[in-house]
Amino acid sequence: MTENTMTRVPARRSLLSGGGKAILSASAIALLGGHELLAAKLAHAADPKKDVQILNTARGLELEGINVYQIAAESGLVTPDTLKVAVYFQSQHRDHAETLAETIRKLGGRPVDPKSKDEYAKVVTAAAPKNEADVLRLASKLEKGAANAYLGTIQSLTDPALSLICARIAADEVMHFTALTLTLKEALPPRSMSFGA
Amino acid sequence: MPVGLGFVVAALAAAIPATAAEAGDAARGQVVYERCEACHSPDLDRIGPHHRGIVGRVAGSVKGFDYSPALRKAGFVWTEALLDRWLTDPQKLVPGNKMGFRLGDPAMRADVIAYLKTLN
Repeated sequence: MTENTMTRVPARRSLLSGGGKAILSASAIALLGGHELLAAKLAHAADPKKDVQILNTARGLELEGINVYQIAAESGLVTPDTLKVAVYFQSQHRDHAETLAETIRKLGGRPVDPKSKDEYAKVVTAAAPKNEADVLRLASKLEKGAANAYLGTIQSLTDPALSLICARIAADEVMHFTALTLTLKEALPPRSMSFGA
Repeated sequence: MPVGLGFVVAALAAAIPATAAEAGDAARGQVVYERCEACHSPDLDRIGPHHRGIVGRVAGSVKGFDYSPALRKAGFVWTEALLDRWLTDPQKLVPGNKMGFRLGDPAMRADVIAYLKTLN
């Protein structure tokens, strides 16, 4: 399977590309995205350069996720039913990556480019998956890490509108982790508030 | 304070680790490390650089890794104390670096630093 054959969900690009060439604040981006109430509440001074650095790191994480799902999908280790779920999750990571790229551009930054496929393949090779359960376990581990990464990043962003975007992406990652864990018939975290710290 | 009691207090103080990092539990830290594994691995350079050997390594010095200029110029060696400050707020320790992830719980920081030490 190639990326071209994969189901795509509508990207948020269309929601974020309505502005002109001027650099917009995150509050303005939120407004463009339809979060009028949120935008109205946000007037905090932000440090866009710092936020761009952090969001680019998040974009790097999403690009890795997209590519790891792709390599896993092409591994021949996953069944068609699991493949459908993987493609769906991959499409959400693609959406996250595009949303982050658009936000970075609006803040005056340049989104990071994907690495080579060989670089991403190292992540899968290191996990040495031999069957579908191994692939699912790797995906689950990366999704859990991603959820925690976003939650741990929220406080460092200087614009609350961006923190909200990261919180919403974190929720998607938790959803992926939960679905993968249940598919593996493994236990969910036994305590509340097990994500973040 | 009587001399005898002072000696006991001093002995107790000496027995208490000086930093939170020294009190960490590496086994618990390995579980906490799952939080880092979105971006880092012990041996792979991914979104962040590999962690094996980090304690005692010059910051921003992994060959071939695309660091921020800020971290490349940081000019310090990673110690347990600096890792604790880094995980508390990396943007405060090295403004302008690429990492925004904070680990707010001091016990978790101590545990994960104890685990990182085992990777040396």
